[in-house]
Amino acid sequence: MRPTIYLMALNEALQQEMERDPTVFVTGEDVGQHPPMGVTLGLLQRFGPQRVVDTPISESAILGLAVGAAAAGLRPVVEIMFMDFLFVAFDQVINQMAKMRYMFGGKAKLPIVVRCPCGGGYQMAAQHSQSLEAILCHIPGLKVVMPATPYDAKGLLTAAIRDDNPVFCLEHKKCYTLPGDVPQEQYELPLGVAEVKRPGSDVTIVATSYMVHEALKAAEELAQRGIEAEVIDPRTLLPLDIDAILTSVRKTHRVVIVHEAVKFCGVGAEIAAQIAEAAFDALEAPPVRVAAPFSPVPFSAPLEEAYLPNAQKIVDAVSSVTPAKT
Amino acid sequence: MDIPREKLIEMYERMVTIRRFEEGAAGLMRDGRIKGFIHLYAGQEAVAVGACFAIGKDDYIASHHRGHGHLIAKGGDPKNMYGELFGRRDGYCHGKGGSMHIADLDLGILGANGIVGAGPPIAVGAAFAAQYKGERGVSLCFFGDGATNQGTVHEALNLAAVLKLPVVFICENNLYGEYTRQDRHQTIKDTAVRAKAYAIPGVTVDGMDVLAVHEAVSEAVERARRGEGPSLVECKTYRYFDHQGVGDGVADRPAEEMEEWRAKDAIVRFRRHLIQTEALTEAEAEDIDRRVAARIEEAIAFAEASPLPTEDDLLTDVYA
Repeated sequence: MRPTIYLMALNEALQQEMERDPTVFVTGEDVGQHPPMGVTLGLLQRFGPQRVVDTPISESAILGLAVGAAAAGLRPVVEIMFMDFLFVAFDQVINQMAKMRYMFGGKAKLPIVVRCPCGGGYQMAAQHSQSLEAILCHIPGLKVVMPATPYDAKGLLTAAIRDDNPVFCLEHKKCYTLPGDVPQEQYELPLGVAEVKRPGSDVTIVATSYMVHEALKAAEELAQRGIEAEVIDPRTLLPLDIDAILTSVRKTHRVVIVHEAVKFCGVGAEIAAQIAEAAFDALEAPPVRVAAPFSPVPFSAPLEEAYLPNAQKIVDAVSSVTPAKT
Repeated sequence: MDIPREKLIEMYERMVTIRRFEEGAAGLMRDGRIKGFIHLYAGQEAVAVGACFAIGKDDYIASHHRGHGHLIAKGGDPKNMYGELFGRRDGYCHGKGGSMHIADLDLGILGANGIVGAGPPIAVGAAFAAQYKGERGVSLCFFGDGATNQGTVHEALNLAAVLKLPVVFICENNLYGEYTRQDRHQTIKDTAVRAKAYAIPGVTVDGMDVLAVHEAVSEAVERARRGEGPSLVECKTYRYFDHQGVGDGVADRPAEEMEEWRAKDAIVRFRRHLIQTEALTEAEAEDIDRRVAARIEEAIAFAEASPLPTEDDLLTDVYA
């Protein structure tokens, strides 16, 4: 283990997988000569333009290229510069890559990774700040990961590249510069396995992506008040490790679910529903969600701050379902 | 272009197979023995056969919603194709796809496609893979005049041109985008002129002449294999059935227009040519026709006897 930051952990996963497997290539807008977020920095110099392919601004063609190349035996890793741009090309996502295997009776294998920066907090406004993971989670055939830490980022991206299905790796922009220890050697974190980021006994906080860090901050503050929160990061949203969440809820009897996406029809609704179906008797309070209100992401700083969930909002939500301790 | 006699005969047989397959499918649909959407290819046989006989087994094709012809031309088996139309276990997709989604990756068939204009970017991806692996493979991409108005087709052409990928874009201009005549859906007559926008070769050929299609596509394929990038080949053709279903089109298309195109029928024309050039005798041609008819009959019987999938199959193959 040695210290690095999230985006370099992703970069290392890409470099090592490309080194290991000659069928892995990287493509997207400016990924080679001018990596927008820096995640693909140095790949062009190391692997050349055949394996690090700058494209026109043509999201449908980029994703179609990935579908065709994957069907023909390669392992494309696509970068969509902002998650918001996926929706320019959603046919290739929903009707093509997600469906081909099933529709063709199991004959096709689509080992595609689509990496997308997501999330707000940088005043990038409504078309460059969204967290739209719930839309992807609604599509059978896809997998969705949202790593929160450098360690998870490297291990999940490595596993995503090796997976034989289309996997969306959603990277919160605020995570890119987060520090953390990461092993130099390659490792895989299996998709669909949650992790307890902080153990606790009084309340379960299920948090995704950058909200894991806000939840951990909230847990520290709650600890000052004598409330021990258990913070669980599903890490993969599709498939969802509901068992890990249920185990925690059966222990704490209370649950707060946190994500940056809007609350209505968000992944939190699915998690709350599954908890209610499977562990209703274990609950001593209704499941509560902390998420964005039902509006586009605003531009102006005070508006965006009011919009985004944060540690304070999580503390308030936990307090509403947890009896005060003295 | 010098084509060996055996290959000419095989091309003729394949065209007849497509026509009989489609007529068989239309009959099954009329009788209510198969359900769902069906987009029949009859009329356009010269395009699929002319083009697919210009490539090999390891090359790729991406088809569209009117895909039966391309699948047969690339070597698809009518038994498993009918199996799919019947929704049976022995269908190409084990009954999970239906007419619009038949694929066989082993034959280089990237699938029919229910979304107009979705295939070209995928064909470009397969061409990228061929170039990447250093094989001399190419990929053919079929789409209609209607699809040329989709942004994806523009994106695919541009990306293929800029990366110099070995792909041949084949526009089957059958004069209608669904039920809308070409002069009501675009302001150009020859879709091949769009090639100019990508600085790639664009040619228009008689899509009712299998040899003309074969020659133009062969040239584009050779160019692609030499590493010189994509081409656009427009084939003027005509479909005999409605856009969807088994109607004969009279409700939407002028009778004179339909007669004019039927008079150019690609199969009749090619058969006449083969007999005139003594590649085939009348008796041999009849023999082929009979053989194909029997094969189609057998294929339908095979498909109808194949078991239906059960609920146990419902959730298999969602993921690899």
